[in-house]
Amino acid sequence: MIRIEGLHKSYPIGKDSLHVLKGLDLHIKEGEFVSIMGSSGSGKSTLLNIVGLLDEHDVGNYYLNGQLIEKLNEKKAAVLRNKFLGFVFQSFNLISYKTAVENVALPLYYKGVGRKERLKTALEYLEKVELGPWAEHLPNELSGGQKQRVAIARALVTVPKVILADEPTGALDSTTTDSVMDLLKGINDEGMTVFVITHEEEVAEQTDRIVRLKDGVIISDELTESGKAKAKQYV
Amino acid sequence: MFDLDAWREIFQSINKNKLRAMLSGFTVAFAILLFTLLFGIVNGLQNFFTQAFVDDADNSMFVRTWKTTKPYKGLQSGRRIQLKNEHLDYILEEHSEKVQHISARKYLNVRITYKTKQDNYSIRAVHPDHRYLEKTIIDEGRFINQLDLNQKNKVIVIGRLVKKDLFGERLALGKYVNLNDISYKIVGVFSDEGGDREERNVYMPITTAQMLYGNNDYIDNILIGYNPRLTIDRAVAFGNRLERELRQKLNIHPDDQSALFIRNMAEANKNVGQLTTALFFIVILVGSGTLIAGIIGISNIMIFSIKERTKEFGIRKALGAKPGSIISMVVKESLLITSIAGYLGLVLGTFILSQIGDGLEEYFIYNPSVSSGIVIGATFTLIIAGLLAGYLPAKKAAQIKPIVALRAD
Repeated sequence: MIRIEGLHKSYPIGKDSLHVLKGLDLHIKEGEFVSIMGSSGSGKSTLLNIVGLLDEHDVGNYYLNGQLIEKLNEKKAAVLRNKFLGFVFQSFNLISYKTAVENVALPLYYKGVGRKERLKTALEYLEKVELGPWAEHLPNELSGGQKQRVAIARALVTVPKVILADEPTGALDSTTTDSVMDLLKGINDEGMTVFVITHEEEVAEQTDRIVRLKDGVIISDELTESGKAKAKQYV
Repeated sequence: MFDLDAWREIFQSINKNKLRAMLSGFTVAFAILLFTLLFGIVNGLQNFFTQAFVDDADNSMFVRTWKTTKPYKGLQSGRRIQLKNEHLDYILEEHSEKVQHISARKYLNVRITYKTKQDNYSIRAVHPDHRYLEKTIIDEGRFINQLDLNQKNKVIVIGRLVKKDLFGERLALGKYVNLNDISYKIVGVFSDEGGDREERNVYMPITTAQMLYGNNDYIDNILIGYNPRLTIDRAVAFGNRLERELRQKLNIHPDDQSALFIRNMAEANKNVGQLTTALFFIVILVGSGTLIAGIIGISNIMIFSIKERTKEFGIRKALGAKPGSIISMVVKESLLITSIAGYLGLVLGTFILSQIGDGLEEYFIYNPSVSSGIVIGATFTLIIAGLLAGYLPAKKAAQIKPIVALRAD
């Protein structure tokens, strides 16, 4: 689903440039539940932004769903994001003046789905994250956990190939963290590829595979207990 | 262009940002309002000046004489100057191609009696052309004609108010009245846009007056309508030349304004024309100033509001919005606000002008109004400015990488 070969990325800082990603190789197959671990500054967010087509890489190859990503203009990137990717952000990034159901329906609007169908589908997904009764509420009337569940419903609503979650539990307490992780696990069980970025060990352990990043290079890539269990099932 | 869903997004965005929408709307409405009022008032000024000169024909020249104030060729000052028929004939002979109409005018004050009613009226003894020079409107009958002149007929044409005084609602045409005991036949009734004073006058043939009152060939004034094909500059030159020639014929010092003077409408027209042109440029200056202030106002609000929404645009892009859809959203929003607000300003401005109406006539403003073309043009200018004001920053915002936009706070 995601294949990265020799990926480099650096940011200009004044006259110098900061080399953030120093030659990454990573292959994530369809249906995997992967977490990228690393302390801040390890390059994990940069990696997610590149994978999520929010940013461009300098050197190396990136294949998304078998398609080589290069020289994308904004328009093509927008179409690919809408079609293949669903985002969950640490700070939720809901649009403050839209109700929960309208926020969830927004990606469908950009996909060109009609209004009635859009709102119907959005409501189904809100019910899936158990927020049906909150559909008409504005984001500032929801708790942090509820906001993140709205964001997850929004990421799911276009039925993407990959869910990209950037510190999805970073702003949540431990109880809501568990419920959000359960939700992501459930989504993965339905066959969707889930790609989580975190610096919390407990969060990473709930995924099937942990890729550890330090100073722009991968230092380890191994399956967790649940990952091994799943791997055995398929053998 | 018309996409219900897109407009729904726009209405929602406007609705949730009422203050911003109202501020930019207010800027546009206010600019258009000021523009409309300004143009209307200047139009009112122009109307007033046009109105002020409507009484006499606008190509008329008026020769009047009085006493000399400068000695000349051995003649003392204080000499009374008298125009005669020969001067009128001279003008006709020497300048026939520059003269469209010409008439003498001799003033008399007489008591007019009809049955038991009588009153004093001023008489103007004139040539037939006088009706064109004074813009006399014939309500009944006819004006003095050439036959009256030739036969020295005792006929008069009376003003509307003279008729009202002497005859009330009854028929005056064909009736005989006594002017200082001489019987005259009324052959016409006239009115004049110059007002009540003009309509208290009575016209009679110049030849009759010269025969009956003094038996001489004296005239008081000469009225000339210069050929309308003359340019204003040439008409002014013609007036000056005539003034010199007549002064010479009457042995008047060439610079003696008091002895003989020609009031030339061409000069007045030139001045009014210059005034109107000056006003026009002032309006252009101030009007475009108002518009520019409005444009800067919208631009500021749009730039600020787009900056404020950078993060929202980032989210939308992460969710699959193409840059074009973001630009189009912002531009349509700006278009909607500017057109509605522009229309409101236009309606309000026109309404205020219509309420003013004739109320400011004492300040030289008469019937202030604006041609719809100018105001619609101004509104369109502002709408286009609003489009640009939305488009340029929106284009910039839409090109920011979503990751940068998302980081913005």
